[in-house]
Amino acid sequence: MILHILIHVPLVTALVLLLLRDPRQVRLAALLGSALQLVISLVLLWGYRAERKAGNTAQMLFESMHEWYPSLGINYHVGVDGIAVAMILLTAIVVLCGILFSWNVQQQPKEFFFLIVFLSAGAYGFFISLDLFLMFFFLELAVIPKYLLIAIWGSGKKVYSANKLALMLMGGSALVLVGLLGMYYSAGNTFDLMKIAEAGIPPGLQSLLFPMIFIGFGVFTAMFPFHTWAPDGHSSAPTAASMFLAGISMKLGGYGCLRVATYLMPEAAQQYSWLIIVLASIAILYGAFATMMQKDLKYINAYSSVSHCGFVLLGIGMLTTTAVAGAIMQMVSHGLMTALFFAAIGMIYERTHTRQVGELGGLLKTLPFISVVIFIAGLCSLGLPGLSGFVAEMTVFVGSWQNPGAFHRTATIIGCASIVVTAVYILRALGASVMGPIRNEGYLRLQDAAWNEKLASAILILAILAIGFAPFWLTDLVMPDSQLIMNKIIGGVSP
Amino acid sequence: MLSGKYIALIPLLPLASFFLLGLFGRRMKGAAGMLGTASILVSAMLSFYVAYQYFFVYGQADGVYRQITALKYTWLPFSENISIDMGILLDPISVMMIVVVTFVSLMVHIYSLGYMKGEERFSVFYAFLSLFTFSMLGLVLACNLFQIYIFWELVGVSSFLLIGFYYDKPSAVAASKKAFIVTRFADLGFLIGILILAFYGETLDFPTLIQRLTDPASSQLIGITTAGFLGVSALTWGLVLVFMGGAGKSAMFPLHIWLPDAMEGPTPVSALIHAATMVVAGVFLVARLFPVFAISCPVALDVVAYVGAFSALLAALIACTQTDIKRVLAYSTMSQIGYMMFALGVSGYYAEGGLGYTASMFHLFTHAMFKALLFLGAGAVIHYVHSNDMLDMGGLRKHMPVTHITFLVACLAIAGIPPFAGFFSKEEILTAAFHSDKTVFYVALVTAGITSFYMFRLFFSIFWNKEYRPHGAHHHHGEAPFSMLAPLLILGLCSVAAGFVPFGNYVSADGSPLHTEMHWDFSMLPIGVALAGILAAMLMYRKASEVPHRLSNAMRSAYHWSYNKFYIDEIYLFVTKKIIFNLLGRPAAWIDRNVVDGLVNTTAVVTENFSEAIRGMQSGKAQGYAIWFFTGVIGFALLFIYLWM
Repeated sequence: MILHILIHVPLVTALVLLLLRDPRQVRLAALLGSALQLVISLVLLWGYRAERKAGNTAQMLFESMHEWYPSLGINYHVGVDGIAVAMILLTAIVVLCGILFSWNVQQQPKEFFFLIVFLSAGAYGFFISLDLFLMFFFLELAVIPKYLLIAIWGSGKKVYSANKLALMLMGGSALVLVGLLGMYYSAGNTFDLMKIAEAGIPPGLQSLLFPMIFIGFGVFTAMFPFHTWAPDGHSSAPTAASMFLAGISMKLGGYGCLRVATYLMPEAAQQYSWLIIVLASIAILYGAFATMMQKDLKYINAYSSVSHCGFVLLGIGMLTTTAVAGAIMQMVSHGLMTALFFAAIGMIYERTHTRQVGELGGLLKTLPFISVVIFIAGLCSLGLPGLSGFVAEMTVFVGSWQNPGAFHRTATIIGCASIVVTAVYILRALGASVMGPIRNEGYLRLQDAAWNEKLASAILILAILAIGFAPFWLTDLVMPDSQLIMNKIIGGVSP
Repeated sequence: MLSGKYIALIPLLPLASFFLLGLFGRRMKGAAGMLGTASILVSAMLSFYVAYQYFFVYGQADGVYRQITALKYTWLPFSENISIDMGILLDPISVMMIVVVTFVSLMVHIYSLGYMKGEERFSVFYAFLSLFTFSMLGLVLACNLFQIYIFWELVGVSSFLLIGFYYDKPSAVAASKKAFIVTRFADLGFLIGILILAFYGETLDFPTLIQRLTDPASSQLIGITTAGFLGVSALTWGLVLVFMGGAGKSAMFPLHIWLPDAMEGPTPVSALIHAATMVVAGVFLVARLFPVFAISCPVALDVVAYVGAFSALLAALIACTQTDIKRVLAYSTMSQIGYMMFALGVSGYYAEGGLGYTASMFHLFTHAMFKALLFLGAGAVIHYVHSNDMLDMGGLRKHMPVTHITFLVACLAIAGIPPFAGFFSKEEILTAAFHSDKTVFYVALVTAGITSFYMFRLFFSIFWNKEYRPHGAHHHHGEAPFSMLAPLLILGLCSVAAGFVPFGNYVSADGSPLHTEMHWDFSMLPIGVALAGILAAMLMYRKASEVPHRLSNAMRSAYHWSYNKFYIDEIYLFVTKKIIFNLLGRPAAWIDRNVVDGLVNTTAVVTENFSEAIRGMQSGKAQGYAIWFFTGVIGFALLFIYLWM
């Protein structure tokens, strides 16, 4: 029941937005709708924990199924486990904050808020789907609006970026679709995730389908070498779209890699794990070094996202319960942190009309609130304890180290080494833009954050602190389900 | 009573103060300082109470001080065995450290009420001080190897924030970045060391880990010593890497380059963080894992000893020629920490063999007092002169009599003249080195002489030498305000009294009391060396003269090496700028734009051209379609005819 509400609230909100005329009413409706959604997500979290505490050991909770397209065996089958609950909570927080940060959008506000809410419906649907076709449907729902958001409300070379992003993500989804069809026929004409998991896919077919699905979803999560949509896309996108793109959309990919590729094809996951680890290690270190050279704040965060999402893939590739749990935590953490980072960059850009590190400077004096926000985002990015990035990264490292052997150890050390490079680029960026002397006298007259920006920053920071200070609730949520996924890995390293 | 509930307040009060000041500090104005000071005052009183309870009431069992886990919560479970716990571990060193940290922090809080008065970001300063105090207390009380790492990073970031406190000064920003990045690099080693120890030890809990890794029969110890890499056992790797983290924080060669630059921070911060507490975290870390070092892995302990001794000597040599008074003190800190390190390095574990351990902790204790005093005194001088350079000073004894006397006390203490505190701890260190490793002993002895030389060079240059001539017209104030003098006087007293604490009775490697005796015949040698150093400094710097100048000309190349800090900074700059940026960063960014993204764009261009080429087919002209249609039909017809025939 709660899942129905969860998917219907954004859809109804989107419809209501279409009926309203006054831009003020539009944004208020969008805000109320997303706030309600956050409340529902919190209720879901509470309900989920209560069920588990009561001893409900079913893999998926709040399951429900309706026939959708019976002749093809497609059903509206939804349900959540701890991983999905965590992702839903992330989506609700990021969307609410994205709407708050776009409060004063001038150009076609109605269409803007409509697309954002519509996108979020796609993300929610994706995370609760237990039917692969349904999942794919929602995935596509979450791609197309992004094209419009960037092409219409974007900045810079927005058409190029929007095209690139849409085409690359579409290419990824095409690969996923082919893979899904392969599974559909192999499992006896069903798209049902649980049934396919039960039936199993023959190992030979797995080796064929796994790369398609993993790479397909990998494009979404900016896996090296399919990550280049990210820097251009992020830099052209409006703030809320950047937040959504990096905060949620990249997580669709990670979630898909885990839920569809690894869970349904455990043998192939083992077979290809070395390749995933290699690509992830490259992304982590290469992304970090590439970030070091960027001069535009948005490019810095976009490249650092490539590096940080490398941890997600590294955790998945390592195939231990702890590492996979770390990957999920990294998804949540990175989603919050990068949303905060993009929001702060957006606030700075709105006021100074530049994102070039070299042109900013001394913002701590003129924009103290915003500077503290970007500082916290930066510290989270470089893995400061007390903020969410640290717990996620450490879980990945400890989980990775459980694999014996020089290959896995080397990859883990590469991952660890990136924390130094991250510190370098984050401190360089912050040192030049937020600290230092004021370079432009005009900045002395800037207005610090308004109420909506303060509220949204506070929500994101609170969420980051909630994970950073008390990570055990998140671990409780995701660890058992990572264990379930890893149980299917034959001979997998048990903790 | 030693209940975890109220002991937890010791770190949590400063944390609460951090949040309060961070959120509402701006509106509090001057009250912010009082709030911060009040919270640390309560923490300090609780710490003294805990120390009393531990050392005199509950700590001992069968005459041996035991480790008490007063509090433990699972914070982040990784797997069945391995989890990060947050808790409180009481043993002689952690109890000693909370006393030192809260006491020095309290002195610095009080001192800053005067020193930072009128500062625009006064409340932010106190917020950061509170954050630091919280982190440092969490570090020393840690019951879990990963808990230490967490607070380790937190003290690192507090240090970063405080060094960069004057954020509009580019040099301060550069120094704060340097401090953070260099220690981060060291922490990379620490982290990998933790991963190794946790993997083989199958726990992160200190008492369990130490017990397992020191018991020759335990499967964990056998596992970790048989596994290896490059012919070195995993245990050695683990411990040396952990020590790398400690060396970074404690500014040991070659990771010391951040400490002198860190003096860009406000002087009270230098006293607290970069002299008395945070920089000794590395020593504390080695001491925390000392049983494992001493019993299972003496090789790693040798590394500690030689790195410590070398750093002590190197820093002392550099300190002789620096003219920035805070930098001289920074190098002397590095040198004294080197003493603590090699004292641990030459120490054994059991009974009398553990003298080095006791001596090291004792020196940590006394050093915290007199080094904090030196920095706070230097702060008072800088406050008065508005310059860090000793060439701008001289003759200040007439202007600042209290600072003069307390500074003298601290200099005598660090030089090792009886009955000041440094003498007792240094004498123990030298005894321990003498009985263990002669090379280290002689290095230490030479360093002791150089130490007293450069400290009195500093002392005479500030307070004697030429007459003081103020350059500006703003010198209407005399000696520093009472809030600054009170901490000086209290620390001055401690710099005398701390030496008389029967330290071995309370802190020893194996927990059983160690009775140390004064060997006056032996100690004549270090005293003589120290007096020689003082005499040399007195001849050269008591009155303004040409002697130092002529001497530096005579030994020009040695002087330049020392003055330029042996060019270590330049080497680092070369490696980072030329190698990391130009050979790794630039190519990565270039490849990404041109090769990886180039492929993407090429695909797009090829697709576009291809569609451009074949788009003629979709012309919409019926005649065109008809031609293609009939050609196709004829083609297929021919094909089928050919295949069938």
